[in-house]
Amino acid sequence: MTDGPPTLLAAELVRWSWIGDHADDIRDALLQHLELTGLSVLAGTLLAFPMALTAVRWPRLYAPILGFTGALFTIPSIALFILLIPFTGLQIWTALIGLTIYTLLILVRNMVEGLRGVDRDVRESAQAMGYTPARQLFQVELPLALPVIIAGLRIATVTTIGLVTVTALIGWGGLGQLFITGFTLDFTTPLVVGIVLSALLAFSADLLLVGLQRGLTPWARTRGS
Amino acid sequence: MNVLTDLIQWLTAPEQWSGPDGIPARTVQHLWYSLLAAAIAIVIALPIGIGVGHARRGGLLAINLTNLGRAIPSLGIIILVFTLVGYGVVPIEVALVAIAVPPIVTNSFIGMRSVDPEVREAAQGMGMTGWQLLGRVELPIAMPLVMAGIRTSTVQVVATATLAAYVGLGGLGRYLFDGLPQRDLSQVLGGAVLVAVLSLLTELVLGRVQALVVSKGLAQQSAEAAVGAKVQKAA
Repeated sequence: MTDGPPTLLAAELVRWSWIGDHADDIRDALLQHLELTGLSVLAGTLLAFPMALTAVRWPRLYAPILGFTGALFTIPSIALFILLIPFTGLQIWTALIGLTIYTLLILVRNMVEGLRGVDRDVRESAQAMGYTPARQLFQVELPLALPVIIAGLRIATVTTIGLVTVTALIGWGGLGQLFITGFTLDFTTPLVVGIVLSALLAFSADLLLVGLQRGLTPWARTRGS
Repeated sequence: MNVLTDLIQWLTAPEQWSGPDGIPARTVQHLWYSLLAAAIAIVIALPIGIGVGHARRGGLLAINLTNLGRAIPSLGIIILVFTLVGYGVVPIEVALVAIAVPPIVTNSFIGMRSVDPEVREAAQGMGMTGWQLLGRVELPIAMPLVMAGIRTSTVQVVATATLAAYVGLGGLGRYLFDGLPQRDLSQVLGGAVLVAVLSLLTELVLGRVQALVVSKGLAQQSAEAAVGAKVQKAA
C-alpha cells in the first residue's frame, strides 16, 4: 500500500484516500446521524415532560408510567424497528418512533426525580410569595431540577447516538450506513470511520450538554457540583 | 388484522419447531452466543470492579465506563472484526463482551463503594484480613448491585446477539435477516417477537437468581438497587 500512513497496522485498517474521495458521503451520514438523534431526543423530551408532570402531580401514576416506559425500553431495538415496519414502512418515521420510544424511560425518570428533589421549603416559600403554580414550576422548580434533568438528557442522547447506527438495517442509520458499506465492500476503512465518528459524536454531545448545564445553573458551580 | 394472523400462523406452524432452522435450535444458538459472552464479560469485569472498589481508587473511570459503553456501536464492531478475522463466533463475541463489560464494572464498583466505612472498620477491628473483609463483608453487601450489573449486561447481550445473523451465524436473528430481503414479513415479525420474549425472560430469570443469591437482610436494599441500577439500552 503506497498511500498509507506511517504505521503498518493503521495502513491495513484505514485507507486515507478513500476518506478523501468519500468526504461528501461521510458528511451526509454524519448530518443524518445528527438529524435522527436531535429529532428523537427533542420528541422524547416533549413527550416525557407532560408524563413527568403527571407523575409528580399524581404520585400514584408514577409506577405505571415507569412500568410502561420501562417495558418499551426492554424491547430489543432491532426487533422494535422491524415490528414498526408494517405500520410505518421503511420511512424515517420508523427510525424516529423507535428512537424516541427509547428515550422516554430515561427522560421521565430523571425529570420526576429532579422535580421531586426540589426542597419543600423552597416550594412553600414560592407559594407564600404568591407564585402561581405555573410560574412556580417554570421559575423555581424547573431551574432547580435542571442538573438531574440534564443528566437524563445526557444518557438519552448518548444512548440514541449509539442506537441510530442500528437503523441502518432498515435503510437509515446515519453513520451506520458506513457499516453497511464496509460490510458490502469487505473493506475496513468505512467501518473505522463510522465507529470513530459515532464515538466522537457521543463524546462531543455529552460535553456540550455538560457545558449547557453549567451555563444554565451558575449557582451550582460554587457548590462544587 | 392480516399481519397478526400471518404472524400467529408462522409461530405455530409445526415445521418451525423442529430441525436445524427451527425455533428451538435457533434459541439454543442464540443463548450459546449470549451466555458465552456474558461469562467472558463477568470474568473480565468483576475482578476490575471489585478490585477497584475494594482499593477505593480509580472511581471516576469506573463510574464513567458505563456511559462510554453506551456509545459503542455494536453493529460496527461486529462487521469490523468480521472483516478482519472472517467467519466465526469471534466477531459477535468481541462486540457482546465489549458492551457487557462496562455495566458490570460500574455496578460492582458502586456496590463495593457503598459499603459503610464503619462496617469495614468494625470488620478490621475484629481482626479480619483483607480477603476475609472482601469475602464475608464487602461482597455480600455489594451483591445486589453486582447482580444488577450482570443482569443489565446479560439482557443487553441477549438482545444484541440478534446481530450475529448479520455476519452469517445463527441465532434468532436469522429470521430477521433472512426474512427482510425476502419481504417475508411474518418471518421477520416472528423473529422480532421471539427476540423480545427471550430478552424479557432473561430479565425475569436473572431477577429470580438475584433474589436467591442476595442475603435476606439486604433484600430491601436489593429492591432499591434494582430501581436505581444504571439503565443501558441494547442494540
